[in-house]
Amino acid sequence: MRELKNQEWLSNKANELRIEILKMVNKSQGGHIGGAYSVIDVMTALYFNVLNYDPKNPSWSDRDRLVFSKGHGCLALYTVLAEVGYFGKENLDKYCVDEGLLGGHPERGLIPGVEVSSGSLGHGVSFGVGMALAAKIDKKQYKTYVVISDGELNEGSTWEGFMAGAQFKLDNLTVIIDSNKHISLGRTEDIMNVEPLPKRLESFGWNVQDIDGHSMSEILNALDATQYSQGKPNAIVANTIKGKGVSFMENATKWHYRRPKGDEFPNALAELEALLK
Amino acid sequence: MRDAFSAELCNIAEKDSEVIFLTGDIGYQVFDNYVSKFPDRFFNMGVAEASMITTAAGLAHSGKKPFVYTIIPFLTMRAYEQIRVDVCINNHPLKIVGVGGGVAYGHLGPTHHATEDVAIMRALPNMTVIVPSDPSETRKAVIAAYQHNGPVYVRLGKNKEPDLKRYNYDTYQLGKAAVMREGKEIGIISCGPVMNEVLKAADELSKEGLESTVLNMHTIKPLDVEAIKKLADQVNVLVSVEEHNIIGGLGSAVSEVLAESGKGKTFRRLGIRDTICHGVGSQEYHYKKQGINAESIKNTIKELYLK
Repeated sequence: MRELKNQEWLSNKANELRIEILKMVNKSQGGHIGGAYSVIDVMTALYFNVLNYDPKNPSWSDRDRLVFSKGHGCLALYTVLAEVGYFGKENLDKYCVDEGLLGGHPERGLIPGVEVSSGSLGHGVSFGVGMALAAKIDKKQYKTYVVISDGELNEGSTWEGFMAGAQFKLDNLTVIIDSNKHISLGRTEDIMNVEPLPKRLESFGWNVQDIDGHSMSEILNALDATQYSQGKPNAIVANTIKGKGVSFMENATKWHYRRPKGDEFPNALAELEALLK
Repeated sequence: MRDAFSAELCNIAEKDSEVIFLTGDIGYQVFDNYVSKFPDRFFNMGVAEASMITTAAGLAHSGKKPFVYTIIPFLTMRAYEQIRVDVCINNHPLKIVGVGGGVAYGHLGPTHHATEDVAIMRALPNMTVIVPSDPSETRKAVIAAYQHNGPVYVRLGKNKEPDLKRYNYDTYQLGKAAVMREGKEIGIISCGPVMNEVLKAADELSKEGLESTVLNMHTIKPLDVEAIKKLADQVNVLVSVEEHNIIGGLGSAVSEVLAESGKGKTFRRLGIRDTICHGVGSQEYHYKKQGINAESIKNTIKELYLK
């Protein structure tokens, strides 16, 4: 059993990973940095304090399943997977380099710890429904977690999955929505509104928690509470900020996908280093 | 090519107030000019391709002239049944413009690669399929698509492809192949940005004394059957080169013509070899891996010719 970390340690780790992500993007032609920064706190909490897994045995049959449906946010997934030992950190230096391990979207079978190939939006919830259903059929105790973006709520297939999860009473399934309020071309509410999200999810028959997705205590409490739901699948609306951690990236559409230019790299690095404890 | 599309779309929309543009939340800054000129004829449908296609079909049904745009797999594959029913069965003149043909999205991986789209779009009755090879040809293709009274799929690469300038673009005609170079020994049929590799290979072969005719089959459907038959009569070795699975795309279309014509010539399809392009790599990396970079094309042709 891993030693659980305290909230301060986890928040600090998430900021260390933000720095790692910044360096990866700076070395490459560009990356989806904004959506990685919004979800990194949730991912850090999941991998250090919640998920049951063995990095030395990624296909262990009793592992908790994590479907990283917002594949474009993979910089958050890669840095966490490297940090917990699925693969060496030297691979982070070759992000999007020919024949490197880590590409612009995660690929199952190539990258240890990646449960499902993703990058096309709107697949994760139904995929998780299938995994959670299999656990029920096989009377397995593993839990299934799905991390989706709020943009994925535009896809009809996501809501088909929400219907199925409730229909099959999958209380072993938790969907975390990285609700950073932005999609590729602008603000979600200006393009295709998904609010009021908690009410919509509740009306689909889910047990819903509405939290600050950058507050480690709220993230941990919400994930803990999913253990006690009965007969209902769990949705956690993590209200987050796209680009969280770097002032000029926060809520800025241009940082959906970009490589730092000019002073942007040192300025971002300085801001993130100032957050470290 | 996407900038060329955006520019030509503006020209068309300027002249025709029925033209409407819908995107699936793709094209950051690419359509700023269009949006500023025609804000009432721009709709970001969000990340919801099925909804976008059917909404556009509803618009077309009501007399509008919609162009829809996003990344190809999501556009053509997520919404395929919507395209089949709402666009093709109902025969609505939607212009479906996809970005990222073949492995243009390189490092973004297989979810973003478009390597089976031509096959499925070609199989739809009523659908016209166009694969331009450079920005100038893209402009001609977009105009031709607009003028054609029926559903059209236009497969774009990404951006900053060079103009190949091997024929007079003003002679562009939907359904008629363009001759990019002429030679008596080898016939190469290709389309899309991989044409650049084809021309480099043909130019290299020429230095070694092997002359090729290169046909630019920019319209895959309706196919220029006569141009293929004529080429088969002229040369002894035929090769098709496509940035697509060798099953179902240009190579298959050419094979069908050759098989039914009874013109038994040495023929080879070059393209993605019925595989997912796994692994991290640029467009150039995958070209090399799949044997469709200039050097591989040249070597394959030499092998076939000398056999």
